[in-house]
Amino acid sequence: MKVGVVTFPGTLDDRDAARAVTHAGTTAISLWHNDADLKGVDAVILPGGFSYGDYLRCGAISRFAPVMEKIIDAANDGMPLLGICNGFQVLCEAHLLPGALTRNHELHFLCRDQKLEITNNQTAWTSSYSVGQEIVIPLKNGEGSFQCDDATLAALEGEGRIIARYIGENPNGSRNKIAGITNERGNVVGLMPHPEHAIDTLTGPTADGLGFFTSLLKAMVK
Amino acid sequence: MAKIVVDVMLKPEILDPQGVAVSAALPRLGFTFAKSVRQGKRFEIEIDGDPTPAQLAEVAKAAETLLANPVIETFTVRVEK
Repeated sequence: MKVGVVTFPGTLDDRDAARAVTHAGTTAISLWHNDADLKGVDAVILPGGFSYGDYLRCGAISRFAPVMEKIIDAANDGMPLLGICNGFQVLCEAHLLPGALTRNHELHFLCRDQKLEITNNQTAWTSSYSVGQEIVIPLKNGEGSFQCDDATLAALEGEGRIIARYIGENPNGSRNKIAGITNERGNVVGLMPHPEHAIDTLTGPTADGLGFFTSLLKAMVK
Repeated sequence: MAKIVVDVMLKPEILDPQGVAVSAALPRLGFTFAKSVRQGKRFEIEIDGDPTPAQLAEVAKAAETLLANPVIETFTVRVEK
């Protein structure tokens, strides 16, 4: 099973995402922002970083990269797609997920190990977890405050589309402590913290993040 | 040559931490007039000749597509002489 990992100019976490994909027993395929095809991948990860320097708004320019046209079409056809941090911002800008990520409410860039609660294990990327499970993975962002209007928030809550919430103090001012959400179909997931940095205890604080990548294997086997 | 100006602001209901920080800094410098401050973006677009209504409509479309994110922001388009 092949998982595409996209590199935009300014992407930082593509290597770790590819390593996580490999660690989970799947094959990582590098995709470049200027690629016009997806090289036959079964799923795609948009990793974290500062694509296009975060110019204009985070993810606003990446969303129009040539590779994104193909990714948007494939995701609309059901292909599993995970956006982490900057990748989550790209997914919102591309309107594959609702809402937007804005500046952390206290303005500081945060970098810490963050406790999360998994609140939906029915998506392509979260089936390895149980609902209510607590995990610790790194959180590192300057613009991670999830914002949307009241109707969207009510829909996300009502349809169980919030996949993870921050535990404890709200780190960035996200509405309802939202750390990650999914689309109606459950194939597209956006997550602000970084599971790819926590896949083994040699390089991360925990191995709690690996479940996002092993979930995919389950989703594809089904 | 004319200049088309696009102003982009966060919607009123969206928290603007940068505006809040500026608002907090002003009184420290002795400027006590501000009840609140909101920070936005301004784009200046130069074109040849006077803009036609069609061109202005196109700028508005570009603002909606790229310059602003309508989920969290509003924008205005105007011509500056």
